Amino acid sequence: MSHDDVLNPKQMPHDPEKATLEGKNKFLGFWFFLGGETVLFASLFGTYLALNGSTQGENTPEHLFGLELVFIMTMLLLTSSLTSVYAMYHMKNHNFQKMQLWLVITVLLGLGFLGCEIYEFMHYIHEYEFTFRSSAFGSAFYTLVGFHGGHVLFGLSWITALIIRNQKRGLNLYNAPKYYIASLYWHFIDVVWVFIFTVVYLMGKVG
Amino acid sequence: MRGWMGKFRSLFLFGTLALILSGCGKDNLSALKPKGYSSELILDLMLISIAIMIFVFVIVMAIYAFVLVRYRQKKDDEDIIPKQVEGNKALEVIWTVIPIILLLVLAVPTVQATFDLADRSTQDDDGVLTVEVTGNQYWWHFNYKGEEISSSQELYIPTGERVYLDMKASDVLHSFWLPSIAGKMDTLPGENINTMYLEAYEEGVYWGHCTELCGPSHSLMDFRVVAVSQDEFEQLKEDFRNIDPEAKPETDSAVEGQKTFNNKCMSCHAIGNAPMGVGPNLSNFANRERIAGILEPTKENLVSWITNPDEHKPGNKMPANLVDEQQAEEIADYLLQLDHTDVGEDAPTQSEE
Amino acid sequence: MSTAAAQKSGFLATIWDYLTTVDHKKIAQLYLYTGGFFFLVGGVEAMLIRIQLMKPDNDFLSAGLYNEMITMHGTTMIFLAAMPLIFALMNAVVPLQIGARDVAFPFLNSLGFWLFFFGGVLLNVSWFTGGAPDAGWTNYAPLSTTSPGHGVDYYVMGLQISGAGTLIAGINFLVTIVNMRAPGMTYMRMPLFTWSTFVTSALILFAFPALTVGLFLMMFDRMFGSAFFDVALGGNVIIWEHLFWIFGHPEVYILILPLFGAFSDIFSTFSKKRLFGYSAMVFATVLIGFLGFMVWAHHMFTVGMGPIANSIFAVATMAIAVPTGIKIFNWLFTMWGGQIRMTAAMLWSVAFIPSFTIGGMTGVMLAAAAADYQYHDTYFVVGHFHYVIVGGVAFGLFAGLHYWWPKMFGKILNEKLGKLAFWPFFIGFHLTFFIQHFLGLMGMPRRYWVFLDGQGLNTGNLISTIGAFLMAIGTIIFLINIVYTAFKEPKVGGDPWNGRTLEWAIPSPPPHYNFAQTPLVRGLDPLWVEKMDGKKGMTPSEPLGDIHMPNGSILPFMMSLGMFIAGFGFIYQIDSSSWLIAVFIGMGITLGSMLTRSLKDDLGHHIHKEELERDIKKGAGK
Repeated sequence: MSHDDVLNPKQMPHDPEKATLEGKNKFLGFWFFLGGETVLFASLFGTYLALNGSTQGENTPEHLFGLELVFIMTMLLLTSSLTSVYAMYHMKNHNFQKMQLWLVITVLLGLGFLGCEIYEFMHYIHEYEFTFRSSAFGSAFYTLVGFHGGHVLFGLSWITALIIRNQKRGLNLYNAPKYYIASLYWHFIDVVWVFIFTVVYLMGKVG
Repeated sequence: MRGWMGKFRSLFLFGTLALILSGCGKDNLSALKPKGYSSELILDLMLISIAIMIFVFVIVMAIYAFVLVRYRQKKDDEDIIPKQVEGNKALEVIWTVIPIILLLVLAVPTVQATFDLADRSTQDDDGVLTVEVTGNQYWWHFNYKGEEISSSQELYIPTGERVYLDMKASDVLHSFWLPSIAGKMDTLPGENINTMYLEAYEEGVYWGHCTELCGPSHSLMDFRVVAVSQDEFEQLKEDFRNIDPEAKPETDSAVEGQKTFNNKCMSCHAIGNAPMGVGPNLSNFANRERIAGILEPTKENLVSWITNPDEHKPGNKMPANLVDEQQAEEIADYLLQLDHTDVGEDAPTQSEE
Repeated sequence: MSTAAAQKSGFLATIWDYLTTVDHKKIAQLYLYTGGFFFLVGGVEAMLIRIQLMKPDNDFLSAGLYNEMITMHGTTMIFLAAMPLIFALMNAVVPLQIGARDVAFPFLNSLGFWLFFFGGVLLNVSWFTGGAPDAGWTNYAPLSTTSPGHGVDYYVMGLQISGAGTLIAGINFLVTIVNMRAPGMTYMRMPLFTWSTFVTSALILFAFPALTVGLFLMMFDRMFGSAFFDVALGGNVIIWEHLFWIFGHPEVYILILPLFGAFSDIFSTFSKKRLFGYSAMVFATVLIGFLGFMVWAHHMFTVGMGPIANSIFAVATMAIAVPTGIKIFNWLFTMWGGQIRMTAAMLWSVAFIPSFTIGGMTGVMLAAAAADYQYHDTYFVVGHFHYVIVGGVAFGLFAGLHYWWPKMFGKILNEKLGKLAFWPFFIGFHLTFFIQHFLGLMGMPRRYWVFLDGQGLNTGNLISTIGAFLMAIGTIIFLINIVYTAFKEPKVGGDPWNGRTLEWAIPSPPPHYNFAQTPLVRGLDPLWVEKMDGKKGMTPSEPLGDIHMPNGSILPFMMSLGMFIAGFGFIYQIDSSSWLIAVFIGMGITLGSMLTRSLKDDLGHHIHKEELERDIKKGAGK
């Protein structure tokens, strides 16, 4: 396949993300990468579960967490996952502008999530003086949720860079895999959040 | 466990093995010369595993030697192409199933012994001694629960009964290893208390080591366990309870030493029953087999230790040059006459051999 | 790249070529040189340790320096010597064995190397900046979190950076093996070395993130005041042990499995027989990899997990002996009935069998949890793991290097010198480590700076030190052999050993596109199949045409350099926040390079048919 075929394909295949060997490699490699990320978060969850009782008698999970904000955050992130699915749907239909639009919406929802999270952390720090250093629970909480927040930030920067870079030239076989794995990454972040919501917030509030 | 192993030991292979291995190492230190319940149980388990392993090794080596001798390429055979064998189901099943059986033979006593050594059923019974052990950089403290006595560096236990150790660390991880009596257990800082038990068969002074890297002087964190008869142990408790930290020494030099000691050393050390301090409790110091766990108990060594402890145990917490040479000698005179009990003095020790 | 190299000339051009290369064969060389260098560094550290332990109460090294020495010896040998040397073999061989022109992610391959390189350099810089890490290679908290100075900070940052490189390399090989196999190369036709690389890569993928997290927690505790391992604030020091060994136990299989693969190929080639019980071997490899994740807590029997957990982990650990035993017997029966040629590579492999069997058996003994209460953290353990790591991994590396050296460099390592290096190393190895089992049982704990006189440990330690010197002599002869071979040995053809697998079907060293035409694989040991059919080489599966190859890039080097600079920033911002500038500059370089990579199209280049035809005329490419 010549360079021209990749950058300006005469006819877009149905799965543009998997049409080239490079694309297939990226696709598979990224799945493996997410496997590694799973272990990473599993380790963080394990650490959190081992330490979530070590509050030094103050600022316990029940005391700190408010489910209203977390519920809004969950909705924002779940919706953004859905919008990124729409984007990929339009990629398969070769409708580039619609794909870009849905990705922009995804980014905006993600930004909303990130804003809430920053507000939440600020709230804990200023209202409760609950910080990274106040107890082993504090360290574990900020590390687990912060790692996820860092992933959200990275994902947003990545998708934004893709949107801007390719706005003028449209979809081709070179950038389709890039879009596709970015959306995979976004789904993964969403799944991790579901676990954080359950393990950290719901279980923290209930038990 | 001991019962049926006793029969096994008479078997030829076991007997030979046990005999060969027991030639290794010093009495009261080597794990191969067990003098307590746990170490004997463990040695039996080791012997089972070694026997199985030697059995497997001999088979592997027999095939190995045969193959290497028989199937070396000869000078003129370079063009011969051997039969390209894919495999052999029967053989493959054999060398899968037999190892599984051998491992089961090992797994059963392993699990039994593991549970046996974790047994704590008698710990809360009346008259059962529990010692609270604390590992510190680089010394050990022993508090005899409910007895209102404590000691450092040397642990006294009665023979013939189980003594439980509730263990923790005050700073970093340490591990309490007494090879000739029992195995080892880590001591952890924080809330975790690990429990093991000692049961010594004979009287003696047993050598123990720290086995978890704990800083520069990790290798110098030795301790002794002095096992004495149950009567003697009662006597020892009595003697320790009656220690008078203010007792006046006989010589003038020691009297001076006591004054300096009380002034400069008592903020960290203690004599007699006291809570654990920054430094070891020095009760019965005159009868210690080693100074600081490692040095021969001479006055010269003690003075050298007092004036410059870092030279002997790098990184320990005792400050150098706290006293001058003269004062150090007086303190040494004082400490070396702290003979609080006669118990344990005639217990056989490794260093006598 | 050939075109880029042609434009510049001389030494600088060569340097630039290696800095930017994405060719798996050149990256293999980089891994070999760097890994070899660190192997020598770790070896010198080992010698210093053995000199210190030559006699009782020795004061050759100070206590603090000794702890730095043991820490760096372990860390260097595992992360900076064994792993990269294994990656050198994997990179040199695996793409050739599956008939691929390169790995799936050539760019990431280069990135993986440079991350490892800078991580390793960062770790070793600590020697010159006030003290190396001193809490043991296992770096247990809270000794590590409270260790004064910056040594442990270097450990954390150095391993974090090189660990990222390893993870990337692991993913790369997984995808390469899944996606890049030549037509006909089914999974059950892959050579054992490729199979074991595949399983190893999966282990890397699932094991290293646990270390990553552990290192992050350690970094946060030491640098940013968190309390994961601070019991005063409710922390728990055992978390580190679990995370470390969830990584650390698979790590030992990461080290040994590829060399199991190498041995399989070597036994088969030099016995002139196909591997006995191929599918059982594959199954055993996968099973060992799988069980490798179930047994981490056998390193923690004395931590106080209780008899139930200890028993479970004991039995699970014993189970690993079964697939390992299957392998030993299959190797023996591969040689059975064969025509054994005792080359240097075969000599190392043959020596591996008894050495590793002993290591495996002491492993089973250690698995007996109750007995481990005596063995744990004594010289018995030191003896055991050196029997598997030296007797397995180091022997395997020597064997693999002898075997594939002609493929990498076009020359056979001198056989006489090769055997001359073997004997002192082999005898020295057993002298050094066999006695250590007994030392341990006689009451010598590991990581002991001095042992006291009068404890019956003097003779054993002296013997051990003498053995270490013999090993050093063997290593020096091997080095002399490399130099001698480079200057004196003649060039050899593509297939000097009468090989069986695909790498021997192409010239030595291979052209940078490996296969002018992708070969068609018709069975296990594809080259042997063709040879038995009376053909000289492989049948191509495609007509001669343009070949697409990736472009070289300096970006991997820059990304890693950025991490290196940021690493210093993280370490020293504890002392002064002005060092945060280094963090920002370093991360800026890294993220900037990543952005460049993401935004700038890089579609690679083509090697044209005419060029290939020229090469083939010159005798290459077929």
